[in-house]
Amino acid sequence: MKVTIDADKCVSAGQCVLSAPDIFDQREDDGVVALLTDTPPQDRLDQVHEAASLCPARVIQLVD
Amino acid sequence: MAKGHIVTSSSADTTDTLTADLPEYPMARAAGCPFDPPPTLRKVQSEHQIARVRIWDGSSPWLVTGYDNVRNLLSDPRLSTDGTKPSFPHQSALTKARRGEPTPFGTDDPEHARQRRTVSAAFAIKHVEAMRPAIQRIVDDQIDTMLAGPNPVDFVDAFALPVPSLVICNMLGVPYSDHHFFESRTKLLLTRAGTPERSAQAARELITHLEQLVDDKLANPADDVVSSLAKRVAAGEITRDQAARLSVTLLIGGHETTANMISLGTLALLQHPEQLDRVRENSENPAIIGSAVEELLRWLSVPHSGRRRVALEDIEIGGVEIRAGESVILANDIANRDPAVFADPDHLDIDRNPRKQIAFGFGVHQCLGQSLARVELQVVYSTLYRRVPTLRLATDLDQIPFKHDGILYGVYAMPITW
Repeated sequence: MKVTIDADKCVSAGQCVLSAPDIFDQREDDGVVALLTDTPPQDRLDQVHEAASLCPARVIQLVD
Repeated sequence: MAKGHIVTSSSADTTDTLTADLPEYPMARAAGCPFDPPPTLRKVQSEHQIARVRIWDGSSPWLVTGYDNVRNLLSDPRLSTDGTKPSFPHQSALTKARRGEPTPFGTDDPEHARQRRTVSAAFAIKHVEAMRPAIQRIVDDQIDTMLAGPNPVDFVDAFALPVPSLVICNMLGVPYSDHHFFESRTKLLLTRAGTPERSAQAARELITHLEQLVDDKLANPADDVVSSLAKRVAAGEITRDQAARLSVTLLIGGHETTANMISLGTLALLQHPEQLDRVRENSENPAIIGSAVEELLRWLSVPHSGRRRVALEDIEIGGVEIRAGESVILANDIANRDPAVFADPDHLDIDRNPRKQIAFGFGVHQCLGQSLARVELQVVYSTLYRRVPTLRLATDLDQIPFKHDGILYGVYAMPITW
């Protein structure tokens, strides 16, 4: 699975970092989402799905 | 077309004649059931999901109550939060009187996004986690102060309000000595009681006060949020007025909401001793404390008077057509009790970890300070009951003055003893 983000739409709510801290980070200057990796390991997929579903601005897309 | 008293068609002719029969919103909670949703609100949810209601000014907005529909509409850009639009469903005559005062809540993207990003860095998870030790100190000191003072005492005054006020003052760079000033004005802004003149005056006083603080920070910058906003004013990125309004929003959003969660959460746990024991016994377990915070956010849903919107385009949802220009109220409180999403929704279960709860809203306006609120509540819930194990109410539950007239739910006072 591959993760893509649309950082322009991000509202810096931080839900992704709470859900999957190994995959998502926030930029220092504005708290906007930053991807640590776009190919999460198998054992993090549940967390990434949770991050995508909780993102209030629907910034995170998952592609198989 | 009407089903019982609730109109399910958007036909203007029909709704005008039936407006008087519509359920009034907000609805009253049942006597003696301060934690249960209003019975009429639950009835609307179980029967219709989306239905017309009547509000204070006689208008009849759509009320949306089902979790999925509320969540989808909260993130739908076809709905506006702009309170200057003619049919906007204001909370009261008081909030309507302030509609000309632009706030980030009442501004749509892209301007909302631009302003939000001027302060969003401070609320990133890393920053907020870095504040955890300072928040722990504030909570411990406030418990020391409370225990050294009169017993019984008003919990709101002695603990629930000072803790988040101290935290947000610290973060923004607002002197804590101002707290009586901003807490009293906030009270005037967040009640539906009172007069529009007093409410507008309170708003103006807060803005003026924060404008002066922006000026002070421009001359003497420090490592705080108002200083960083002052720098942006100097750089021409935002106006002095915008910086002051953003600061006021953060100040109000930063203390009153969390204060209500501290007092109401404590009251809820005191009424559920087995849940309180579990919180106390797991004070050192971040997973259980984190879950307890999410569940109390869901179960209490302090923002209990709906998110207010106006449709910019026609929207079809839940078998209803919301027409452009019509007003909409998204009831995230009852959505958090939707049995289709949360099993046995009225049962308080601190092990449930309902991360899907929408007490902070959803969509681009979702609470910017939610990570800070979570850390504050985690520190409070994991510290207070452990350190004060004999904490209990010093009055009967039916003597507690609840904020039934508040835009946010909570208690005005709560006598406790230990």
